[in-house]
Amino acid sequence: MDKTPQTKPRDSWTFSPEINAEIRRAAETGIYDIRGGGAKRRVPHFDDLLFLGASISRYPLEGYREKCDTSVTLGTRFAKKPIELKIPVTIAGMSFGALSGPAKEALGRGATMAGTSTTTGDGGMTNEERGHSEKLIYQYLPSRYGMNPDDLRRADAIEIVVGQGAKPGGGGMLLGQKITERVANMRNLPVGIDQRSACRHPDWTGPDDLEIKILEIREITNWEKPIYIKIGGARPYYDTALAVKAGADVVVLDGMQGGTAATQDVFIEHVGQPTLACIRPAVKALQDLGMHRKVQLIVSGGIRTGADVAKALALGADAVAIGTAALVALGENDPKWAAEYTKLGTTADAYDDWHEGKDPAGITTQDPELMKRLDPIEAARKLRNYLAVLTLECQTIARACGKSHVHNLEPEDLCALTIEAAAMAGVPLSGTNWIPGQGGF
Amino acid sequence: MQTIDMATTPLRELNAALQAQAQQTNQTQWVIENPKGAHAVAVGLDAPIEVTVRGSTGYYCAGMNKQATINVTGSAGPGVAENMMSGTVVIEGDASQYAGATGHGGLLVIKGNASSRCGISMKGIDIVVHGNVGHMSAFMAQSGNLVVCGDAGDALGDSLYEARLFVRGSVKSLGADCIEKEMRPEHIEILKDLLARGGCDAKPEEFKRYGSARKLYNFHVDHAGAY
Repeated sequence: MDKTPQTKPRDSWTFSPEINAEIRRAAETGIYDIRGGGAKRRVPHFDDLLFLGASISRYPLEGYREKCDTSVTLGTRFAKKPIELKIPVTIAGMSFGALSGPAKEALGRGATMAGTSTTTGDGGMTNEERGHSEKLIYQYLPSRYGMNPDDLRRADAIEIVVGQGAKPGGGGMLLGQKITERVANMRNLPVGIDQRSACRHPDWTGPDDLEIKILEIREITNWEKPIYIKIGGARPYYDTALAVKAGADVVVLDGMQGGTAATQDVFIEHVGQPTLACIRPAVKALQDLGMHRKVQLIVSGGIRTGADVAKALALGADAVAIGTAALVALGENDPKWAAEYTKLGTTADAYDDWHEGKDPAGITTQDPELMKRLDPIEAARKLRNYLAVLTLECQTIARACGKSHVHNLEPEDLCALTIEAAAMAGVPLSGTNWIPGQGGF
Repeated sequence: MQTIDMATTPLRELNAALQAQAQQTNQTQWVIENPKGAHAVAVGLDAPIEVTVRGSTGYYCAGMNKQATINVTGSAGPGVAENMMSGTVVIEGDASQYAGATGHGGLLVIKGNASSRCGISMKGIDIVVHGNVGHMSAFMAQSGNLVVCGDAGDALGDSLYEARLFVRGSVKSLGADCIEKEMRPEHIEILKDLLARGGCDAKPEEFKRYGSARKLYNFHVDHAGAY
């Protein structure tokens, strides 16, 4: 027998098994891969930051004993009725259509129990959602599906969606499998067709137009409702500045890890910037205009833990929004459905074909049988618990940094573990006073 | 009759007064003087009142209208009657871009010409244009009727859904998935009614009908070149 050592089979990094599989899939089908969720690639993130904690120069607050406030007021610039939240975590916009009715109900119930707001999505406002959400943000999207003045007036705030972190420059997509009769009626479309929402608004094209659009919406709603503008993480400095110029009360900034119901994988993974890279430019735009804390900033895209919340706030956000994490809290991607995920050719944690409407967890579906699997009361309780943990964790960190309000967290409380994260977050590399791009070492 | 002079009355006061009119109001006749191109004039109305705007308006006049009848004696800026739910809006002059955008119901009549993207993303509104419409009109139009008594510009009805388009004159080009369709008797009846309501004496038989080929409703790689 030949004992000559053999070269071990070696996969190409460039042509990895995953890449080769995608080439074969593309060759077979002739269509790009569509999926839900946000960027799955590793990008610099909040994990690459650490809090310094208190020391001789700063003293901490006693955990559980000393007050650490978490309340947030949004929309103080022009709106007669700003939004008061008990916690700095809101629920991001997700549509009825992409999500089942019970899932939307659970989001509303859970958010309400936690003292925060939830948000409609592309497809309009349902009565169930309005009824179960004490504070409901109504999205004003390019498609204007279901848009009407009555729902504008019964919303607590209005979010004009310009972009989304998963697909800055892209529109919505809801494939025919999920366009049931009710969803189709709400969107004035035939049942079963692929529904592609426009990528830009039909009746304004730039910041000057947007300013007039905001005037119109304020006139229709008696200047009561805070107007949010949601932007994807494309050019955060200029987009934030222009949103402020156009008259926003609140800017919502969504990085590339932010989820979507469905879009092309190539879009999700290759367009837009990481959340971490977007926050400081947006905050700088607000500071340069003298509007930081006057126009509030909500950051979303990959928020999972109280540490993520605290880090986003320390970098200058007023609040964060969660979408994917909220769905996981409700029961999405739960290993208890492992056998069914296997049948779908995937695993519990990897499952992202939300557009197909076959979600074993009964959340991203319009299938009546699958929908029954989600108990909205139980799911709401889980969301409430999760939001409580996020808040407690954020408070734990804030107290350790000596802050009596989570908004008192600041960049000076942070250092970075990598050069990339240090540059993006504008905080020193751990063990140095070096902020890449800002000189010094 | 109530008269509000915008030379002396702030926009907020004007809209608040019009929006405050209840269903059973006996103040049904309103005249707005000196609009001078102001934006968001008479928006968000929700009562069966008649409003005459004497002059020309800026962006979004009559936006999200419900029930009211609004007549602009001059021309209207971009987005007139955007997202209208019901009622009637008549523009005696020309209308700028996006007239009747995303409208869910009601009737918009433009006695002059309409610019580009007239009826974009319309969702049930009826629009009658006595003159011409610009490019990309009825883009992604979902339902309702667009009647053009003159000519239509490039890419009419691009990515159209179920809206009906009637054009009397020439069409510079049709957009993706928009085709000429047979004018059947029921369409003649629909058109006759729209022309009458729009105050237009054109004959229905002079029009051609355009609609969706429905080839792009579900993605197919063989149609990828059409996108």
